[in-house]
Amino acid sequence: MLSLEDVRRIAHLARIRVSPEEAARYQAQLNGILGLIEQMQAVDTSGVEPMAHAQEVYQRLREDAVTEPDRRDAFQAVAPQVEAGLYLVPKVIE
Amino acid sequence: MNQTIKELSDLLARGEASSAELCQDYLARIERLNPRLNAFITVDPDKTLEEARAADARRARGEAGPLTGVPVAHKDIFCAEGWPATCGSRMLADFVSPYDAHVISRFKAAGMPSLGKTNMDEFAMGSSNETSFFGAVRNPWDERAVPGGSSGGSAAAVAARMAPAATGTDTGGSIRQPAALTGITGLKPTYGVVSRYGMIAFASSLDQAGPMAPSAEDCALLMNVMAGFDARDSTSLERPAEDYARDLDRPLKGLRIGLPREFFGAGLAADVGQAVEAALAVYRRLGAETVEVGLPNSGLSVPVYYVLAPAEASSNLSRYDGVRYGYRAAAYADLTDMYERTRAEGFGAEVKRRIMIGTYVLSHGYYDAYYLQAQKIRRLIAQDFAEAFKACDVILGPTAPTTAFDLGAKTADPVQMYLSDIYTIAVNLAGLPGMSLPCGFGADHRPVGLQIVGDWFGEARMLNVAHQYQLATDWHRRMPEGL
Repeated sequence: MLSLEDVRRIAHLARIRVSPEEAARYQAQLNGILGLIEQMQAVDTSGVEPMAHAQEVYQRLREDAVTEPDRRDAFQAVAPQVEAGLYLVPKVIE
Repeated sequence: MNQTIKELSDLLARGEASSAELCQDYLARIERLNPRLNAFITVDPDKTLEEARAADARRARGEAGPLTGVPVAHKDIFCAEGWPATCGSRMLADFVSPYDAHVISRFKAAGMPSLGKTNMDEFAMGSSNETSFFGAVRNPWDERAVPGGSSGGSAAAVAARMAPAATGTDTGGSIRQPAALTGITGLKPTYGVVSRYGMIAFASSLDQAGPMAPSAEDCALLMNVMAGFDARDSTSLERPAEDYARDLDRPLKGLRIGLPREFFGAGLAADVGQAVEAALAVYRRLGAETVEVGLPNSGLSVPVYYVLAPAEASSNLSRYDGVRYGYRAAAYADLTDMYERTRAEGFGAEVKRRIMIGTYVLSHGYYDAYYLQAQKIRRLIAQDFAEAFKACDVILGPTAPTTAFDLGAKTADPVQMYLSDIYTIAVNLAGLPGMSLPCGFGADHRPVGLQIVGDWFGEARMLNVAHQYQLATDWHRRMPEGL
């Protein structure tokens, strides 16, 4: 069972701000979901290979060549804040 | 307005209608019905008609393909250049895509105009379309009911004939469950058959796009447009092109239908069970035989899914950081605060729940017990299907345990909502193709869906099985009254 402190820690790891009221609500809901998930623990899976993907595919290799056109302006047009071709974020180094 | 894709394409080929005329008719219907149903997030008549006129010009030049000029609506999870792609979220409410998804470029190459972008559960997380930032969608058969989700807008648009067809995506049932709840036909292909490039990611090892339309024949024709290898999706499969309509007319005599006993037990509503049994009687009359099969691990598919899908989602959705695109909070103290406020304000409650579950199951000390265990059971579930397909050609059963539920009925308890995908999720985990087609109505006069699960790459056979049923019945021709 997740404690309120666990919920706050997970929310911080996920970079989601939660108010104290929200944390209490998430605690109940997340514990409900974890209760559902708990059924898995009864299954003996010794010797079973984990299945990461629906198909047994392997990463394709391609020639190391430039294939994408330069679309910086179009992609930066949808950014919240840019200047001189750079993305702006709050100052991180004093 | 009750015309199939095939009929519309014949109309255009005979010159009895232009694409511009067809689009105007559908746009008028959208304008009239959307205030009631909320199936579309974005409609842009100028863009639609421009694409329609280009399709007409192409036909005049003698360069029309089989579906040139037939309009479709697109789930708002697909990026289309110059159109908003909100994914049902405040996070992307103002995002206008600078590029085309592979699926969109295929429809453009086929000359099929877009009627707009359809409503959906936020980031495709939901089974009722109630998690959308743009509001719930109403079921055209009964406006008190949900249309299902996450492709609820596409399903309602097709059911109300606001579009002759629409695209959807299916991670745990998001094409099949809304198709069932709105009385239309929807197909989720084998994982890897349709490119995920430009389709906003939820759970990448499960996400797959597919068509939603009134009939199986429509879905076959749309699969011919959507499927195909794309080097930009690392899980796209390099397979020879196929004609998904090639087996439609094959007789069903000798078809072996597998009935998983786990899909007909407790939890299945009596009226849904009766409609499915009646469909099985039709199949027996058509010469098919039924055999009981077992999917002993399928009962674990919901728990497994709610580890794997949130884990993948927590990773995929880490890209929404308020820096490169999408929403950014208006006020913040520093970089971490900017991330935390942006994501708190930009995401809705269900998306946050899933990101937090995913973060937890992937965190130090819990990975083996949750994520790895889920991946191992995923293999057991896939092996069950492989075993079952030794005894049958297709698997049949209900798509959803009940007909459409009322708006608000399951919003308070996430776990109850999750259980509405109990028959669809195992198919995604195994990577198999699945369909839903209408097979009657429940006690509340809301539609019931019949699910067909095909063997890996068995789309053409599955479509054949669906089409033969639709030749013998008319459920797929029914339309909601009063629209």
